[in-house]
Amino acid sequence: MALDQSFVGRSYPPTDPYEVGREKIREFAVAVGDANPVYTDPDAAKAFGHLDVIAPPTFVFAITFAAAGQVVEDPQLGLDYSRVVHGDQKFAYSRPVRAGDRLSVTSTIEAVKSMAGNDIIDIRGEVHDETGEHVVTAWTKLVSRAPEEA
Amino acid sequence: MTAQIKYADVEVGTELPAGSFPVTRATLVRYAGASGDFNPIHWNEKFAKEVGLPDVIAHGMFTMAEAIRVVTDWVGDPGAVVEYGVRFTKPVVVPNDETGALVEVTAKVAAKLDDHRVRVDLTAMSAGQKVLGMSRAVVVLA
Repeated sequence: MALDQSFVGRSYPPTDPYEVGREKIREFAVAVGDANPVYTDPDAAKAFGHLDVIAPPTFVFAITFAAAGQVVEDPQLGLDYSRVVHGDQKFAYSRPVRAGDRLSVTSTIEAVKSMAGNDIIDIRGEVHDETGEHVVTAWTKLVSRAPEEA
Repeated sequence: MTAQIKYADVEVGTELPAGSFPVTRATLVRYAGASGDFNPIHWNEKFAKEVGLPDVIAHGMFTMAEAIRVVTDWVGDPGAVVEYGVRFTKPVVVPNDETGALVEVTAKVAAKLDDHRVRVDLTAMSAGQKVLGMSRAVVVLA
């Protein structure tokens, strides 16, 4: 069933802050096999001008996707999450995410489309730190695949 | 943002050192824990097949994280990456064996922009298939 177009432009309340921990960044870097010391050694990070260890470029997705759950699980929208696949992902950074950041996400529905029975939704997540400084914007395209014909 | 590569030293077409990233079931379990994405299509073969997949597949975000390493290894400072986007075109199928799958990434400078920025276009392949489309990063060079 086609999604309701009136959801386009809808924003959800900012999420409670997520505190980025050094050990969580280390765990993520290990999980993707990335030994860049900027992720684990504050001195290496400072040598590049960062205040503390920074997170890999895709780390923030875990935070923005959790925030997008507000949209995905909105019963009024009626997205069938069991059929959802990740279509596109994009990030635009004002600065890298770093240990100690307390990040809050505001999610907005940018577009809702139906193509060949598939529901497609574009969600923009604006990520700010606790001082209100913009850190990164994440765009996520989710595709809810049409059920197969019986 | 202090990249180790100089803007003046690259031109359109400059190739970055390629990367080759193995992924096994154990890799996916570790990534699921680190990322919080516990969708069973990334670890449960029975579930994956029931929803029409050939086998367990890697998280798209895992593949995206591996691909950008070609860029971050090249510039040194991952903070030099100011934009990064991909389209998930094909899944990375991960068989239940010691070898798993391999994600092979190549990249080249596609455009020189203003303010010492360049656009890098990436290609990520696995089992002969292009697994990321429209894969682009914008990086600030020295």
